[in-house]
Amino acid sequence: MSETLLAHRCPNGHLHYPGHRVCPDCGVSPTGTVDLSNREGTVRTWTTNTATPPGVREPNTLAIVAFEVDGQTVQVVGQTTTDDVETGQRVRPVYVERLRDPEAGIRHRESQDWDGYRFEPVESG
Amino acid sequence: MAVAIVAANMTEFGQRESWLLELLTEAGEGCLQEMAADRTAVEHCYVSNMASGEFEGQTGVANALAAELGLVPAYTARVDQTSASGGAGIYTAWQSVASGASELTLLVGGEKMTHVSTAESTDIIASLTHDVEYKHGVTLPSFAGLTARAYLERYDAPRESLAEVAVKNHANGSLNPRAQFQKTVDRETVLESPVVADPLRLYDFCPITDGSAALLFCPAEDAAEYTDEYVTVEGIAGATDSHAVHQRTEPTVMNGVVESGAHAMEQADTGPAEIDVAELHDMFTILEFLQMEGLGLAPQGRAWEQVMEGRTRRDGELPVNTSGGLKSKGHPLGATGVAQAVELYEQLTGVAGDRQVDAETGLACNVGGFGNCVTTTVLEGGR
Repeated sequence: MSETLLAHRCPNGHLHYPGHRVCPDCGVSPTGTVDLSNREGTVRTWTTNTATPPGVREPNTLAIVAFEVDGQTVQVVGQTTTDDVETGQRVRPVYVERLRDPEAGIRHRESQDWDGYRFEPVESG
Repeated sequence: MAVAIVAANMTEFGQRESWLLELLTEAGEGCLQEMAADRTAVEHCYVSNMASGEFEGQTGVANALAAELGLVPAYTARVDQTSASGGAGIYTAWQSVASGASELTLLVGGEKMTHVSTAESTDIIASLTHDVEYKHGVTLPSFAGLTARAYLERYDAPRESLAEVAVKNHANGSLNPRAQFQKTVDRETVLESPVVADPLRLYDFCPITDGSAALLFCPAEDAAEYTDEYVTVEGIAGATDSHAVHQRTEPTVMNGVVESGAHAMEQADTGPAEIDVAELHDMFTILEFLQMEGLGLAPQGRAWEQVMEGRTRRDGELPVNTSGGLKSKGHPLGATGVAQAVELYEQLTGVAGDRQVDAETGLACNVGGFGNCVTTTVLEGGR
């Protein structure tokens, strides 16, 4: 459990979230990270899901958010803090200790972490 | 070595009392009954299935099926490629014959799903997602909602065009006696159905289904020994895309579809213009657009226009999902890719009844995950 949202950067400058053993774009191992948790991103697309699996809030509004970092775009998927979302909206990550109930789903609770970031709209102007 | 499919069979799709092994046995036996040879000639038997352990606590289904059908000591294996298990099974069965390892291969795909709740079934399927997706409650329907919004906004497509996919496929399914839904729906019904993953509604989604489908493969040069009417596997290719769906640069392009389609058509020495009939993986209405475009059956961003113009209806220039598709026929995960080929087999051998179209070359695209793994198959009428 850590209160960071880390994109992984390879020596060729490609950014990815989540990180992988090698960069999906060029096959080189990532050597650095960029914390996105203090940055603002833009909603690329979103949906409100009204038929959710066990242990997941209902409705569950999700967005794909694009962050621009040094001329590179990295995308993150996640829950939003409100169902009132629009494409193109500016959002910022907000830390949440538990995104869904680890006991209710099919995944073993010890197999992964359950904390993370929701996206909260940033007031414009 | 050229490979032929010499028999095809499928159970009724829908809510079935039978458990998985019974469903597999029904389709497998039906397929064996159609060929003019002793079943002991079967050398390999593959089962396409995603999640028998998760759905009903049954493992080892391929071996169990071989024993039930009297195929022992045939070699067996289960093929799992999530929703594309059926297409992956066709690939495996084709390989077994093309390589010379087997002279007669039975492929049976199946899934038993309806005994668990919709929420549990959604969770079993969502277990294929990346950790960073799963913990947010991301499901396959939510990917469809995210992608449909991106598509409609990017290409300025009307919401009605997605509804038209459902209307078309229900019309086709109404003529398929094995389809889960054998009723037509109108555009208003689709557009007024409850929201599931905004902007998509209930009628944009395929149902949860029990069922099984089977095919029998042999060297093309032996096909006439088993049957008068057969089809040949002219091209087959699989490809993958990223595990985490949001990592793809362009959300309206499925690279696994593009790659597998291009390779399968190249192998078949054919192209999009030569395809007479297609079975596409319409788990969600939006997927029909993405596959038409990824396969080159429509220009990027324009599939919605072709659907609105009726080009993909049964009486159109390129009939898509004459079976009713996953939308109307149903989607028993492991059975689906096999059932797509069953429909093409029937179309290409002229036994599709009320759904019959004029076709010599057919294409099936079977999509696993949300485009995570894809198999495309090109079949031609053998005679």
